[in-house]
Amino acid sequence: MKARADTISSAPANPVRRPGRDSVHWVLISVAMLFAAVFLVLPLLNVFAQALAAGLGPYWRALADPDTLSAIRLTLIIAGLCVPLNAVFGVVASWAIAKFEFRGKAILLTLIDLPFSISPVVAGLLFVLLFGVNGLLGHWLQGHHVRILFALPGMVLATIFVTFPYVARELIPIMRSQGREQEEAALTLGAGGWKTFWHVTLPSVKWGLFYGIVLCNARAMGEFGAVSVVSGHIAGQTDTLPLRVEKLYNEFDPVAPFAVATLLALLAVATMLLKALLEWKTRHES
Amino acid sequence: MTRSPAAAVKIFRPTNPLPGLSLTLGFTVVYLTVIVLVPIGALALKALGLSWKELWELATNERAVAAYELSLGASLAAALINAVFGSLLAWVLARYSFPGRRWLDGLIDFPFALPTAVAGLTLASLFSEHGWLGEYLAPLGIKGAFSRLGVVIALTFVGLPFAVRTIQPEIETLDEDVQEAAKCLGAGRWRRFATVTAPALLPTVLTGFGLSFARALGEYGSIVFISGNLPFQTEIAPTLVVMRLDQFDYTGAISVALVLLIFSFALLLTLNMLQAWAARFMEP
Repeated sequence: MKARADTISSAPANPVRRPGRDSVHWVLISVAMLFAAVFLVLPLLNVFAQALAAGLGPYWRALADPDTLSAIRLTLIIAGLCVPLNAVFGVVASWAIAKFEFRGKAILLTLIDLPFSISPVVAGLLFVLLFGVNGLLGHWLQGHHVRILFALPGMVLATIFVTFPYVARELIPIMRSQGREQEEAALTLGAGGWKTFWHVTLPSVKWGLFYGIVLCNARAMGEFGAVSVVSGHIAGQTDTLPLRVEKLYNEFDPVAPFAVATLLALLAVATMLLKALLEWKTRHES
Repeated sequence: MTRSPAAAVKIFRPTNPLPGLSLTLGFTVVYLTVIVLVPIGALALKALGLSWKELWELATNERAVAAYELSLGASLAAALINAVFGSLLAWVLARYSFPGRRWLDGLIDFPFALPTAVAGLTLASLFSEHGWLGEYLAPLGIKGAFSRLGVVIALTFVGLPFAVRTIQPEIETLDEDVQEAAKCLGAGRWRRFATVTAPALLPTVLTGFGLSFARALGEYGSIVFISGNLPFQTEIAPTLVVMRLDQFDYTGAISVALVLLIFSFALLLTLNMLQAWAARFMEP
């Protein structure tokens, strides 16, 4: 089995032991807690501490800056386009892969895993080589006055490339483990293909689908490397929230990059809370 | 070997009555072609059109080699730290019950959920000489941010969940009976750990190490903030790709990107072999 950081973990099979008086247990727990405090809790607290270091006034001014507002809008637009497309792809691909046997399935699975092993920077470069002025389609695009690179379409494509595996990766194991007996029963009872999908398949994978969407969204909104390469960094036009953070950081502004970063940190906290909620839900339903 | 009933059924497998294979498979192939295959094809075509001599020179000049060395070295260091502390965190989470266990468990995913730009920003500020942690390191002469150590710190942060979440399920399903048997045979705690538990977990820990290493190798977002990006000193390979692109040096960018791709594929292959080994290891 392939274990990943992005799958919902199941309940422990072994009973969890209470440490009691055993000192070795407590030493291990203390070291683990200390490591987590330094490496996980402090970075989160630091974002908010730095953002509010000069008080609420500068914090709000940084967020109300027109370029920041435009970055918020662009991030929402990109996620709003990428996440639904990737959700549809995830459902469709996992239906084909989990419910059917066909030649070349391994190749398809490798292609779906590919973005995980390619550096986001290289992913961005691929689109530059395709749509850039010296790219394969660059000349044709210029002749037809179509802008893809350093504009919204290029940023959406790069984000899709980096985030499309999340929903599919979440759904394929779930659909595979459920087999197809239920769907076959529904078809035998006279339900059509669509009806079977909507009333049998979809409800049984809904939490996995929701979790995949949450992950995909977090990645789409937070993507840096790939989007940075294809964006062109035009203030007020092609800066997403993470790119805006970088720009403010390079301007040596002590508060503003952290103020913008709090929005993305809150997104991360919301993602973690949703994951915990979904794990609780799946555990209680099974 | 006895033939399982499932194998016998397979011979007479009825045709799959579910609809939609051609529609869903067609859509999947078209989507993957547009999003993945065409862009990769663009890289391949571009690379084939370039002079191999020039590509080789740009891929292996001093600055590029320094960047690979830092990328590989820092990723290796980060993956080692994650293998050790990831195993510890996974062990504690899987085995013990203590106040705050659920919080700690949820917190492990934080580096995965946090955009890498924010990770780099906050780590750079924490470890800078006026930061909460950096101010204690500065008197010792240790530079936590804008240094090679900073690169290792950021790569450790982003790779941690991959190590913990790979190792944790394996510890949860570890065979208790073997432990009990060892206990009954009179093996002490350390002997039990060294001879029974550790060997059983080794393939999984190596997989966690590999996944964390792979994640670190491609990382860019957090490094931009914390490393200082000085050529020959704190510049990693993905940063060099961006630097060359910014100077419209497409051949230079492609050459480093190809080396990065070779690294990732070699790593992917090793990881797959490792996981096959781990799967065989877990069989009774």
